[in-house]
Amino acid sequence: MFDLDRWQEIWYTIKHNKSRSVMTAFGVFWGMFMLVCMVGAGSALKNGMESTIDGFATNSCFVYDQQTTEPYKGFKKGRNWSIQNEDIPLLQQGVPEIQYLAPVLFGGQGANNVVRKDKSGTFNIKGNYPSYNKIEENKLIYGRYINDIDIAEKRKTCVIGERVSEVLFGKNVNPVGQNVKVMGIYFQVIGVARSISQVNLGGRGEESVVLPFTTMQQAFNMGNKVHFIAATAIPGVRVKVIEEKINQILKKQHNIAPTDKAAIGGFNIEEQFTMFLYLGIGIAVLIWIVGAGTLFAGGIGVSNIMLVTVRERTKEIGIRRALGATPRTIIRQIISESIVLTLIAGIAGLMLGVGLLSLVGMVLSQSDSFFQEPQISFAVAIVSLVILLVIGILAGLVPANRAMTIKPIEAIREE
Amino acid sequence: MITLRDVNKTYYTEATSLHVLKGIDLHIEQGDYVSIMGASGSGKSTLLNILGILDNYDTGDYYLNNKLIKDLSETQAAAYRNEMIGFVFQSFNLINFKNAMENVALPLYYKNISRKKRNAIALEYLDRMGLKDWAYHLPNEMSGGQKQRVAIARAIISQPKILLADEPTGALDSQTTEEVMQLLGELNQTGITTIIVTHEKAVADETRKVIHIKDGLIQNIQHN
Repeated sequence: MFDLDRWQEIWYTIKHNKSRSVMTAFGVFWGMFMLVCMVGAGSALKNGMESTIDGFATNSCFVYDQQTTEPYKGFKKGRNWSIQNEDIPLLQQGVPEIQYLAPVLFGGQGANNVVRKDKSGTFNIKGNYPSYNKIEENKLIYGRYINDIDIAEKRKTCVIGERVSEVLFGKNVNPVGQNVKVMGIYFQVIGVARSISQVNLGGRGEESVVLPFTTMQQAFNMGNKVHFIAATAIPGVRVKVIEEKINQILKKQHNIAPTDKAAIGGFNIEEQFTMFLYLGIGIAVLIWIVGAGTLFAGGIGVSNIMLVTVRERTKEIGIRRALGATPRTIIRQIISESIVLTLIAGIAGLMLGVGLLSLVGMVLSQSDSFFQEPQISFAVAIVSLVILLVIGILAGLVPANRAMTIKPIEAIREE
Repeated sequence: MITLRDVNKTYYTEATSLHVLKGIDLHIEQGDYVSIMGASGSGKSTLLNILGILDNYDTGDYYLNNKLIKDLSETQAAAYRNEMIGFVFQSFNLINFKNAMENVALPLYYKNISRKKRNAIALEYLDRMGLKDWAYHLPNEMSGGQKQRVAIARAIISQPKILLADEPTGALDSQTTEEVMQLLGELNQTGITTIIVTHEKAVADETRKVIHIKDGLIQNIQHN
């Protein structure tokens, strides 16, 4: 079916009517370019969102104590209470849907709370269980994370953030085994961590010092207080479920009115994440609607200009018909021209769009931006090309039909 | 070669109808050299269009090379035109973005002859017209006489049985008219049936038969 000569004839006609062809093609070119840019930007936004949340358990919730707002069982409202160590085993037993449960301590505000020899800095101090690393994952550059023995023996060990290590020990130095003074007490460095996620609880992971939960509680006189509970749900269970059960148990344990909505604070990452997800889907759908619309408009443009062109070419078509061109040849020529034009313009738009995206991607990778790796997938490119092909055929159909109706005699009639 | 029997043609508009050809009977032998004369509106162009299968007729019969030309599909009509008929027009009707050679070669394109081959043949025909040096020029770079010679080359490249010329000299001065008519005469000598529509007596006088048409009827046929 491939007829080189036919394509030469089509190419020749396109080439020798440059301004007409360029004008015809521009709409499609622009449509494709815009589509690629928008899809790329959309994926950059999505990548950015994903990398932000990456390494952070999306099936997690966080619970903390606040003042009560309702009187209950003889207690007046406005009472301060706190989550306590004793609550943890109760929660673990009472809520079987919990996958990981990690009590968290924050502490040690104040300037230069971490010191090593003549170097010091102000950092976030956190007391964690090993299980917390399952919720907010860290990459260990040196050493290890806090383990169960640290917790059980209340060892004076710490995992320091990458930035902390840089400030206290200098760059590219392995500080494992050395001691640092945290709020006046020496701790041995057992690891250097870099948080994977950009969502960090209690300050940036790079600028944090993590102590074993039990050590921190005892060393800094915190009694049996827990500042925060982080929990994840087992697969298949909605976080909302464990969040409610945790609240129920805590309320019962601490004599809080079951109807008191503000006594226990908390947030549900799953809900936030789902919102993010829907936002992403919404953006993607919008992009495709707008992009396809632009492409469609481009196709209409092609069709329109081809129509004008057919009118303009009435005489040429008439001559061709008089010389023996069958209506089918003419239709084939018009549609082929339309397809070639849309495809060339579309591919040009695609390539320019992809080029621009990779350029932007290069610039973005230098900076710490919420947009990351703007690009379109191969599948998207193929799908858009197929859409283009269809548009090309449809765009050629109307003018081709018009050309069909031109009788040679009418076309070449003398003025 | 050409036989018309009681051919009628009426043009209809919304309100009126115009009976242009009122029963034409005509016989033209192979190799004849014929001109058709008549005032404007006499129906001579319509007759030529019917002869050229560019237009259809209402009643009667038209035999071309013993084939009945009636109710043809567009595809069939196109094939017959390509095979049997060469056209020459008053305003040349060259495709302005194609050069002389490509214009001449166009009928062969529709015969599925390869580009290389048809361009070679086109050059040959242009050479016969004395236009070899103009092969790569666009129509608007050529004079009227040159353009008409390109058009004639295009008309005969598919070696048609008949050559139909609609006012071929209408846009030319007397000098070039002379040249073009000489060319057409020479072509007729090679055996192509040639039919020229004209209103110039000088042109008609060069043909062997002059068919006078008036009000859609053949008035008389004058033999020169």
